[in-house]
Amino acid sequence: MSLWEYANPKKFTETVTPLIPWVLGLAAICLVASLIWGVFFTPEDYRQGATVKIIYLHVPSALMAINAWFMMLVASLIWLVRRHHVSALAAKAAAPVGMVMVLIAIATGAIWGKPMWGTYWAWDPRLTSFLILFLFYLGYMALWAAVDDADTAADLTSVLCIVGSVFAVLSRYAVLFWNQGLHQGASLSLDAEEHVADVFYYPLLVSIAGFVLLFLGLVLLRTRSEIALRRAAALDRRAEARAAATTGEPA
Amino acid sequence: MTGLLGDYAGEVISAYIVSLALIGGLVWLSALQARRARKQLKRAESRHG
Amino acid sequence: MRALLLRDLRLAVRAGGGFGLGLAFFLIVVVLVPFGLGPDRALLSSIAPGMLWVAALLAALLTLDRLFALDHEDGALPLLATAPLPLEGLVAAKAAAHWLTTGLPLTLAAPLLGPLLALPPGAWPWLLASLAIGTPALSLIGTFGAALTIGIRRGGLLLSLIVLPLYVPTLIFGAEMARRGAAGLPIGAALPMLAALTLGCLALLPFAAAAALRVNLR
Repeated sequence: MSLWEYANPKKFTETVTPLIPWVLGLAAICLVASLIWGVFFTPEDYRQGATVKIIYLHVPSALMAINAWFMMLVASLIWLVRRHHVSALAAKAAAPVGMVMVLIAIATGAIWGKPMWGTYWAWDPRLTSFLILFLFYLGYMALWAAVDDADTAADLTSVLCIVGSVFAVLSRYAVLFWNQGLHQGASLSLDAEEHVADVFYYPLLVSIAGFVLLFLGLVLLRTRSEIALRRAAALDRRAEARAAATTGEPA
Repeated sequence: MTGLLGDYAGEVISAYIVSLALIGGLVWLSALQARRARKQLKRAESRHG
Repeated sequence: MRALLLRDLRLAVRAGGGFGLGLAFFLIVVVLVPFGLGPDRALLSSIAPGMLWVAALLAALLTLDRLFALDHEDGALPLLATAPLPLEGLVAAKAAAHWLTTGLPLTLAAPLLGPLLALPPGAWPWLLASLAIGTPALSLIGTFGAALTIGIRRGGLLLSLIVLPLYVPTLIFGAEMARRGAAGLPIGAALPMLAALTLGCLALLPFAAAAALRVNLR
């Protein structure tokens, strides 16, 4: 019994199908609970007023936006090394989810930035890095969509994901070098001295758990869909080939 | 509502609406994709399983 | 490898090659910017280094899609791939040819076009140096992007989308170096970072591009 057994698409589908509603349901519970907790039962920040409540959306989505790319990188590496199709499809499935996370982080940040920094957008290092990350997601998904052959697409996008990761890290440092930021320091850290105050911290943790579960559930669901689509296409292709072979014989 | 959220009710509410709409859209699209995939697989299997 | 390089250069210089296109585009941007912004010399000279860098980047981007496309269309690419030269070498030769036909002319043309944007005279050597160091990275990154999108019909838009975020660090370091040089500030880390970026691209990207080519030629 090893983890690699789940690389079998059939086994993966069988294992994952009963899990998906539970994961997504738990995600919904965590999200609703944390957002209600955050909006109604936490105080206002003495400087930011009620806008501090946007943190329950902003921080988890930003976190997941980066983690989703990281997961895609790992999945791409597994695909290139061990050629498990499920891995490639999981990377493909994660991309739209990660892109939506980037969008949420940017949108909530902009809404928060208007009253606090006086502008929706500033060319701050973190904001700029996220814009670049968004472009990476777009390019990655566009490459998946543009290549017809499934294995070729998986290979090419994996190479792009790896090179893109290196350049994403480079961009992060380049952007830091280019402009000093307005952005707050880390909101979260295991070191209790650094992170936000406890009243905001616990609902934030629940909200992060909700986003993680949401990401997990959606990636499992989308991977399963991709597997089913791939299998349907393969069945069609095989039947076509068989039909061509039988009708082609007499001629 | 404005009492609860002070001067920034608009910002907080719009941030929540935008985010939940994006998440909802993503979930909706994923569900549609899942349904389409299941239909196609069923059709392919029944035709030439 | 040298034969391939010379062949590519000859093809590029001939009509329909990318040689004139990049340069012409560069000239167009530099001429049009003052019309868009007004003739204020102080404004123009403050944006000149960055503007020239952006124009050079766009000109390099514009000529990328013909990097492999012609060889792919007439079927020469599989033949080149079976040649004794490893694919990494092929990619490096292609990138070098692209640089010699776009990066190098742009670098040499940039100081000549500087007066049009009221570039301060002291900035010329810095602009020249930053472009000379940075444009090879643009060509190498572009070659990687072109190798990824080779099999895609009308892949130009996709190629730009993929290459755009990859160009960001080069642009930042290059333009920053030119800007600091123009303003008479110390250059700081920009020069070593730009050089490191180009060398890193030179060392690693041919392998990535060759991997992509191998997949596409499968």
